[in-house]
Amino acid sequence: MKALREFLDKQRPHFEKGGKLEKYYYGFEAAETFLFTPNHTTAAKGVQIRDAVDLKRMMMTVVIAMIPPLLFGIWNTGYQHYLAVGEDPEFWKSVGLGLQLVLPIIIVSYAAGGAVEGLFAIVRKHPINEGFLVTGMLIPLILPATIPLWQVALATVFAVVIAKEVFGGTGMNVLNVAMTARAFLYFAYPSDMAGDVWVYYGDKQAVEGYTGATPLALAQEANLAEGVTTVQSTFQSSWFGDMYEPWHLFFGDIPGSIGETSVLMCLIGSAILIATGVGYWKIQVSVFAGAFAMGLLNNAIGLNPFMEMPAYYHLIIGSLAFGTVYMATDPVSAAHTETGKWIYGFLIGVITVIIRVFNPAYPEGVMLAVLLMNVFAPLIDFYVVNANKKRRISRATV
Amino acid sequence: MSKVIKLRKGFNINLAGKAEKRLAGDIIPETFALKPTDFHGIKRPKLLVNEGDTVKAGTPILYDRKMESVMFTAPVSGEVVEVKRGAKRKLLEIKILADKEIVYETFPKKSVSDIAGLSREIVLETMLKSGVWPNIVQRPYGTIANPEDNPKSIFISSFDTHPLAPDYDFLVKGQEKYFQAGIEVLRQLTTGAINLGVNADAEVSPVFSQAKNVTINKFSGKHPAGNVGVHIHHIDPIGKGDIVWTVNPLGVIQIGKLFLEGIYDASKIISLVGSEVKTPQYYRTYTGACINRFVEGNIKSDNVRYISGNVLTGEKVEKDGYLGYYHNMVTVIPEGNYYDFLGWLKPTMEQPSFHRAFGLLGFLNPKKEFVIDTNTKGEERAFVSTGVFEKVVPMDILPTYLLKAIMAEDYDEMEGLGIYEVIEEDLALCEFVDVSKHDVQAILREGLTLMQNS
Repeated sequence: MKALREFLDKQRPHFEKGGKLEKYYYGFEAAETFLFTPNHTTAAKGVQIRDAVDLKRMMMTVVIAMIPPLLFGIWNTGYQHYLAVGEDPEFWKSVGLGLQLVLPIIIVSYAAGGAVEGLFAIVRKHPINEGFLVTGMLIPLILPATIPLWQVALATVFAVVIAKEVFGGTGMNVLNVAMTARAFLYFAYPSDMAGDVWVYYGDKQAVEGYTGATPLALAQEANLAEGVTTVQSTFQSSWFGDMYEPWHLFFGDIPGSIGETSVLMCLIGSAILIATGVGYWKIQVSVFAGAFAMGLLNNAIGLNPFMEMPAYYHLIIGSLAFGTVYMATDPVSAAHTETGKWIYGFLIGVITVIIRVFNPAYPEGVMLAVLLMNVFAPLIDFYVVNANKKRRISRATV
Repeated sequence: MSKVIKLRKGFNINLAGKAEKRLAGDIIPETFALKPTDFHGIKRPKLLVNEGDTVKAGTPILYDRKMESVMFTAPVSGEVVEVKRGAKRKLLEIKILADKEIVYETFPKKSVSDIAGLSREIVLETMLKSGVWPNIVQRPYGTIANPEDNPKSIFISSFDTHPLAPDYDFLVKGQEKYFQAGIEVLRQLTTGAINLGVNADAEVSPVFSQAKNVTINKFSGKHPAGNVGVHIHHIDPIGKGDIVWTVNPLGVIQIGKLFLEGIYDASKIISLVGSEVKTPQYYRTYTGACINRFVEGNIKSDNVRYISGNVLTGEKVEKDGYLGYYHNMVTVIPEGNYYDFLGWLKPTMEQPSFHRAFGLLGFLNPKKEFVIDTNTKGEERAFVSTGVFEKVVPMDILPTYLLKAIMAEDYDEMEGLGIYEVIEEDLALCEFVDVSKHDVQAILREGLTLMQNS
């Protein structure tokens, strides 16, 4: 460690003011602070001690919370492939194939995003922000495993530049960066983001009757098909009968984006985030409450099979759980006030179900619901903050 | 009668090096100093003494041309040995070489029963001249009170919840008479109530519990439950145009003594604490004492920071620096000027943290007394609203929004969000817990200065 430290100390002058590599100071700073927490001490006035936490550690906590869905997603990607082509989905074989498919996506996402971050840090002269540790991992988890790598790179660059850097970088973005990447692909390259894209076939053929459809797509179908009475019956008549039993929907061994199929894994991640105090439990609870409440309301009206689908299905199909745990709770784009968090989360849940059920063009509503509420979060906060101000003004005498 | 106000928000930082409740004796160092920088808002100090002059305890040393009636006086008698100035000839320290035997300026002596009959003018005159006045700090802004104001109430907090803070019950022991006299004096200065905040979680010294003519309010909770700003917020909040005065109990005693004994007695008990102190305990000395005599031979290592005050709101001083006017403790902790390999990733049980982010396991051991150094443990980053500020401020105030309003210099927002109700110490915990390592207290002071000058 000492040698490394000495090496860095020797390089430092080149990057400091007047050095020949001055331009790249923030690149050096990022590398240096990654290796060593700096020797900065507190100012002469003000707090003399600081909490042991820093932004890197916070972000790292979120990355760690994403590991369960990631590992599960790697296995599930391989598993779904072998299932679809009619081979025995052995555990290690599935993991192997999953790694082969998922790792390149992660690497591309980190590389493309990291490059943009670095470029902006140098041009705009601000430190490289650790927020990208999280975004770079989130993006792969919400894409199908069959996505072309160039699209991953393009979407990441688009999202980092348009959703974050143009607003001034980490902490100032309005929209969730990863969701923006997904929305970009969804609207720019719909054929790679919807339909039969969720399962990787390779050069093999799917077994007869296999559709690779997600439960949400099946639920939509139930609405359109004639003579179908319930969503569950569509699930049951779909290939591989019990694949869409509630337990499987919860466990997540179904087709879908890489990291979002397993509600169980998301709940483990959620437990990590809540226990460490990094993710807001209020938002998570209220999203689920909102989705469930809207599901119940749909049941009560019950005009078509999808509306009649039991409300709890909404919590386990699609990526509601993933979106809730990892996207809605993004501290920057969520509502910042405590009351605001309840409203923000609840509305995400409600809007997700509305989009799912009433808009056949968008099978999954979480993405748009989160982005929509990201935009409305400042408005919610505005009213909550105003209420606080009013309490103060009401007792003023002058 | 009194009510208990329960505060749920806050955070106690449990540090190693608590003072043993023992008075180690009197220490009169060679020099004492008056530091104009201890007071917010001294604009144009006018020096009244020169190097070589002899002064008594209570002899005026300087005043502020902006508020000419308030005198800043010598805490001890002796010879003015140095007037230290900084950049642009800013007055930093006026050093006094102390006499062996302190000689006092004399002021009219009163009996307890006299005080109630004194007119406001006479009370003010004595207080302003003698040097006890700066003990009265006004809210908003945390500046020295303007004697021409009539505050709507006066607040005294009888306990300090800062890390390693001295036990006020110990500091005021046996001073009932002076404390009560001080209260009687303060009563002449306001038409409103005198509020005494006491700790609901501990036994309260009779000095406070048996004080008369005060409204006693009990507060229970973690730090900052002892902050007078928190008390004001819950009892008699400050709105636009309101003025509230605050006094430290030791200031009240000083005021009482001035009237009963006719002297400005700047003696006080201070504590020397912190993980680097060999034997943390209490000493008796005077305001503005040089700390070298206290720390000499009593410190474990060389690479330490000396702090006048506590670790959240105090100020770094040199080994031969001076105790601040409002401070009654010296804290010594290790300097953190080292690099830490992968310090942001390492799990640790040795660091306290309000957060429980990955690897911060300090919370598993709530009884542990931590040794914390001055390392910032991370670099400054953009503001990320993590919602923690709101969890450490037990007031109906949104610190994140307030700080953003200050940075945007938006006067209406600052006012609406309650800038009048807070000073640095109230948001010090925000600065401690901040993930992005901002200087929250400095930002707040900027905002207060903006409002003051508006």
